[in-house]
Amino acid sequence: MTLKKFNLPDVGEGLTEAEIVSWKVKPGDSVAVNDILCEIETAKSLVELPSPYAGTVRELLVPEGVTIDVGTAIISVAEGVEGDPTPADAPVPAAVTTAVPDAPAAAESLMYGTLPADDSAPAGMSGPLVGSGPKADAVKRRPRISTGSSAGGVSNAMTANAPEVEPVQPHTPADVIQPAGPASASIPAEVDGAAPASRSAVENSITGAAAAAQAGIAGITGLVNRVLAKPPVRKIARDLGIDLADVVATGSRGEVTREDLVSYQAQRDAELDKADGFWGKAGRPQDQRVERIPVKGVRKATAKAMVESAFAAPHVSIFVDVDASRTMEFVKRLKASRDFEGIRVSPLLILAKAVIWAAARNPSVNATWVDNAEDGTAEIHVKHFLNLGIAAATPRGLMVPNIKDAQDLSLKQLALALNDLATTARAGKTKPADMQGGTLTVTNIGALGIDTGTPIINPGEVAIVAFGTIKQKPWVLDGEVIPRWITTLGGSFDHRVVDGDLSARFMADVAAILEEPALLLD
Amino acid sequence: MGATHLPSTEFDGTEVDEQREASAETVLGGPGVEMVQLLDVDGKLGEDEVYSSYAKRLDPEKLRGFYADMAAIRRFDQEATALQRQGQLALWVPLTGQEAAQIGSGRATQPQDYIFPTYREHGVALTRNVDLAELLRQFRGVSNGGWDPKETNFHLYTLVLAAQTLHAVGYAMGIQRDQQLADAVGSGADAAGDAGERAAVMAYFGDGASSEGDVHESMVFAASYNAPVVFFCQNNHWAISVPSTVQTRVPLANRAKGYGFPGIRVDGNDVIAVHAVTEWALEHARSGKGPVLIEAFTYRVGAHTTADDPTKYRELAEEAVWRAKDPLDRLEKHLRTEGYADDAFFEKVKDDGAELAAYVRRTAYDLKSPDIRQSFANVYAEAHPLVAEELAWFEQYSAGFAEEAADEASEDAR
Repeated sequence: MTLKKFNLPDVGEGLTEAEIVSWKVKPGDSVAVNDILCEIETAKSLVELPSPYAGTVRELLVPEGVTIDVGTAIISVAEGVEGDPTPADAPVPAAVTTAVPDAPAAAESLMYGTLPADDSAPAGMSGPLVGSGPKADAVKRRPRISTGSSAGGVSNAMTANAPEVEPVQPHTPADVIQPAGPASASIPAEVDGAAPASRSAVENSITGAAAAAQAGIAGITGLVNRVLAKPPVRKIARDLGIDLADVVATGSRGEVTREDLVSYQAQRDAELDKADGFWGKAGRPQDQRVERIPVKGVRKATAKAMVESAFAAPHVSIFVDVDASRTMEFVKRLKASRDFEGIRVSPLLILAKAVIWAAARNPSVNATWVDNAEDGTAEIHVKHFLNLGIAAATPRGLMVPNIKDAQDLSLKQLALALNDLATTARAGKTKPADMQGGTLTVTNIGALGIDTGTPIINPGEVAIVAFGTIKQKPWVLDGEVIPRWITTLGGSFDHRVVDGDLSARFMADVAAILEEPALLLD
Repeated sequence: MGATHLPSTEFDGTEVDEQREASAETVLGGPGVEMVQLLDVDGKLGEDEVYSSYAKRLDPEKLRGFYADMAAIRRFDQEATALQRQGQLALWVPLTGQEAAQIGSGRATQPQDYIFPTYREHGVALTRNVDLAELLRQFRGVSNGGWDPKETNFHLYTLVLAAQTLHAVGYAMGIQRDQQLADAVGSGADAAGDAGERAAVMAYFGDGASSEGDVHESMVFAASYNAPVVFFCQNNHWAISVPSTVQTRVPLANRAKGYGFPGIRVDGNDVIAVHAVTEWALEHARSGKGPVLIEAFTYRVGAHTTADDPTKYRELAEEAVWRAKDPLDRLEKHLRTEGYADDAFFEKVKDDGAELAAYVRRTAYDLKSPDIRQSFANVYAEAHPLVAEELAWFEQYSAGFAEEAADEASEDAR
């Protein structure tokens, strides 16, 4: 059998690296020529790599989520063999001997990155080379002689054409590795600077949860940026350090335009500019150092509502930390799906769905406390509909528009409703009717990078959920500390209506969905 | 503030673009624009007072050949794309979606005609009997060309946008002068009477290149000298990320009016119509009536090149609309309903495609790198002392690395 290694090609023009987003095969799978092996993300696009070999997948050499240089071996395939049961072959270092550059076998192995059929590497080379050499010369430069041969000389380079046509190897092994041991002319072909780290990660990746988690995470980050925009607009955004996903798109095809960037940048600048010259000089009369802002409009309404709520309704606030990694994966998949093309999907969508789901199981949170002033009695009105309020920072101040009858919306409809609500609110065009009749509110403080808080209930409601930022934190899973996407959910409840156990069950239900969105299929 | 901080780019004034797109879309896409179509999306053959007579010349054998060609080139395109993804080609320029425009026009040419392609005319190359594996040389980076244009009258791919249109007109003017000379000395008396023996030139370009000054200049010259050239524009709707609606506010074929020669828009996904219109245009050119512009209205279903990602600038819905107009589908429907081809035929086409793919894959791996000495040998027709000196210097320079490499190797051994 021959073990073939597939080196990461330059799939664009002059790309130097790419990230393995996901593997479509696993060790032991048989593959045919042009079967898709994996999906990679380059600086330009997401690309599927088809297999150049037919055979059995022996080993995945790079885990998902890891960015590697062009030319790095990513997978080994045992060619033409149906599952050779000798795994001892697998860890053999990919040493390509150049001692016999004119032998056809060697030429073959240079071209395909194949191991020699018989292990002809000298004894000194037979130990695992991975990790034994320092990362040499991070500077990328053109190889002087484009074969892997250091002994071949120029005449070989000219006539042994096969190796030098390999257009995808930006550096020769000699550029990358300084052989550490007393090796002869042999050079470890497939080893590069990234290998020590990635190889050890690979070993985990097959079985270890840690690497699996890492892979999942990287997969998520790899796919977030699916915003439509023309290349020059992308460039401007990159130059200005603007994440296109943050910009409201107004283009005719739903793309972010240059004008959108300009207004986004103007807003950002305005915020920054104000910071300079904010402090009043000491020594000036005190009243000149105090800015008086009349309270009116939205500010006044907000203040009144908050006082009313905070003093009328005894608040109880509870918190729960949640592993939202599956939610992040789910969001990633939705973004990639054709059904959700052009629709902005965020974890808030899943939270909104979770709140609707949890409210149905704990109906008292979706209610109103109604005092009857005349006879001093009171009633609790439980709503069999959910107008889901979303607290939104708008140019006019805090607004809580709500999505009417959110319980009837499919995931996609809910996503569209959220998009619509956010766009309208950010444009300052929210109508009063949109803000009336809310039954339960979500405040997405995570959008501002905040972990959690004690939100104040929107008057007329008895519960509010605060959605904290989602970030990677150490998390213990099966006794191991691994990075996961963690968020904190906060909730405030009107204790007149919702007791501790009910609020706890409601929050636990919401948390359960974020941990496992599949429960929504219930 | 804000705006002044923005770096300037080559695409200033996007808002103007968008207005223009909107207004152009109504003109370009509207039903008011006349487009020659013979085979509709359902594979039904329609009538056209000029071009139906050309379509009638096509017997079932020819139609089956068109299908086989289109299927072969699509399969080849897939294989080349895969080879690029496997690191065997530096770049690939996919043609999927444009098979009818290329096979239809290529099959309308005659051996004596001369073709100037862009870099996407793989289908035309097939009709000119270029070995498709040779086509990959340039994309593998082992040749600046890859085939001998004199053997096939299919010029080397031109990567500089629109430059080949000027070359084409110059070549056409050359043909014209040769013909005049032959006519004058009398030896061409027979040939002069038979336009079929005369040659014309085809200049391929795209909607993006149509904005280049070269196209304008070449059309002015072609018209001024009444050169026997057919300008064949494949309007595939996207110049990388710029939609054709930004390139032009009128159908591209209309531009011919400004130069004073005929311009025809043809359904570029209808191989029969493309063939008919091109035959007409080539006859027009060969018989000394001057240039013609053909706009083949088609669509680049894939990426601009393997280094491009169309999902960043266009919606999948648009691609779906065009996939429904697939040139192979509609010819297959026609062949089946007319009883010109059966399952066995389509099965064989598929098998032939697999065989072609295997051949191309095998050959691509074996393509030889050029000997650097060849580059020195191609500077002058005969040996030249300066070149010899430079070659000697180069060899010495290269040998220096061999020594260094050997030193490194021996150090390693120590």
